[in-house]
Amino acid sequence: MRLGRGDRLFMIANYTFLFLIFAIVAYPLIYILSSSFSSPRAVVAGRVWLWPVEFSLAGYVAVLKNSQVGTGYWNSIIYTIVGTAINIVMTIAAAWPLSRRDLWGRGPLTGFFIFTMLFSGGLIATYLVVKDLNMIDRRTAMVIPNALSIWNMIVCRTYFQTSIPDELVEAAELDGCSDLRTIWHVVLPLSMPIIAVIGLFYAVGHWNSYFSALIYLSTADLYPLQIILRNILVLHQMDASMTMDIEDLMVREGMKDLLQYSLIVVASAPVLALYPLVQKYFVKGLLIGSLKG
Amino acid sequence: MAVASPRTIPARAPRRTHHREAWRRIRRHWQLYLVLLLPLVYLAIFRYWPMYGVQIAFRDYNPVDGIAGSPWVGIAHFQRFFNSYLFWDLLRNTVGISIYSLAAGFPLPIVLALAINEARRRWFKKTVQMATYAPHFISTVVMVGIILQFLDPRLGVIARIITALGGTPQNYMGQASLFQSIYVWSGVWQGMGYASIIYIAALSSIDPQLEEAAIIDGASRIQKIWYIDLPSIAPTAIILLILNVGQVMNVGFEKIYLMQNPLNLTTSEVISTYVYKVGLLRAQYSFSAAVGLFNSVIDLILLVIVNQIARRVGETSLW
Repeated sequence: MRLGRGDRLFMIANYTFLFLIFAIVAYPLIYILSSSFSSPRAVVAGRVWLWPVEFSLAGYVAVLKNSQVGTGYWNSIIYTIVGTAINIVMTIAAAWPLSRRDLWGRGPLTGFFIFTMLFSGGLIATYLVVKDLNMIDRRTAMVIPNALSIWNMIVCRTYFQTSIPDELVEAAELDGCSDLRTIWHVVLPLSMPIIAVIGLFYAVGHWNSYFSALIYLSTADLYPLQIILRNILVLHQMDASMTMDIEDLMVREGMKDLLQYSLIVVASAPVLALYPLVQKYFVKGLLIGSLKG
Repeated sequence: MAVASPRTIPARAPRRTHHREAWRRIRRHWQLYLVLLLPLVYLAIFRYWPMYGVQIAFRDYNPVDGIAGSPWVGIAHFQRFFNSYLFWDLLRNTVGISIYSLAAGFPLPIVLALAINEARRRWFKKTVQMATYAPHFISTVVMVGIILQFLDPRLGVIARIITALGGTPQNYMGQASLFQSIYVWSGVWQGMGYASIIYIAALSSIDPQLEEAAIIDGASRIQKIWYIDLPSIAPTAIILLILNVGQVMNVGFEKIYLMQNPLNLTTSEVISTYVYKVGLLRAQYSFSAAVGLFNSVIDLILLVIVNQIARRVGETSLW
């Protein structure tokens, strides 16, 4: 395709713009990664700009030695796995019946779900319910109050409506399949893509959330990783033992900074390791969700 | 939003047959209702019970007497809030941050999507997309940690650049006037790429013949963008705009709360952080429930209004 002069100028401007955006987004990510692999001395002297300086794993060693981080990591894994499993069961349990056109009362029932997206009792009233149920400062508070996201339920319902042929369900019924068996033997096998999508949505949400823990938990042993991160990265409450055995004051200072970079990498690694997969499915999920219906 | 079932019995049918038909259908699918019971019970407990409990906004709640037993005080808490010197600050900060976020965060993903759509080299496109989506997956806590690291007056990258250029770095997080810009632009940095996905998808569904015809007619790239690309993503953009405007009073608690410090509170205290502090940290349940209820009601009203406007102006609406 031949380009006119104006178009060629436009192309150049466009590529420049995209490159700038790329640099602005990528630089902080590269910087953090490089800093985390540098030595405490290089970090505290401000010598890291783009690539690691005086390659070292000191930051990671300090993070691994910290027992709080270990507990938090473990708790986050539990909350993510259990929470996501509950989420998926709840989502399908709501989405499948509501996707059936022959369900009597489908309109009002759907409305019952949708209304909670428009109006909510708010933080305090929800907190009091969780308190009345005796769930404060218990692990259940991390997975039960958020058992269902209406938005994900709608995404899932739309998928059922568009991707599972009515004929198939009717055929199963004619063959004497009960509704429960239909779900197990027909719907679930055909829905693996959407289950992967909403599972990832929920799992990333659990891994990254700190709000539930902030309002419901007060025992340090139950804290998920994000609360530990908040204490170290935002409140700068650092366990003194992490850097105590370092004699050189300068290195000790640098260690505090270095540790934060390593911690950021360690905390984000699980999601970023899944990233190629996550990206592919998230895009798909977002597009299914955007279908109106 | 839900469409009535096409198989409903015609209105002329006698009432009894109608009931019998309904009952027959319920019985036939009793297992579906059984399955649905689980999420319904969840909603009743964790979404509707709080709506019942929100009446404590009109009472002086104390745990001993319970929700219904606490003394009724009418709109006293609301009056106290509206008359408090904080009211206008909170409202201004909440709405201000939202509108600023919207003004910066809404057009940029569209621009990015158009730019990516114009790029011809596949590997370049893919690289830009990969990189710009990535920050979306960073948690709020880590995001704020990164902001604090970068803006650190001593070791932060920004401070070091400014020192290298001969300037004097300052404590950026301690300046109330900078808080909203830091909040909004870091949000744009994190969310821009991910938000562009939906527009890129809309752009890729444009019929290529349309584009060819435009080029044969001598349209420039910019004309093509203006007359073909933009109109084709407009419906998507309007829906997203409605959703966003409906959320104007709902600025994200998590990030703002983490970014707050005593020096920037004048511009960073928003309704949701205030509700949390007064309600849960100081245990003034009723008062903060009233503040929260005020917020929810405004949200609901806004959403309905914006949806009505969109329905009247264009053909797109949420319901």
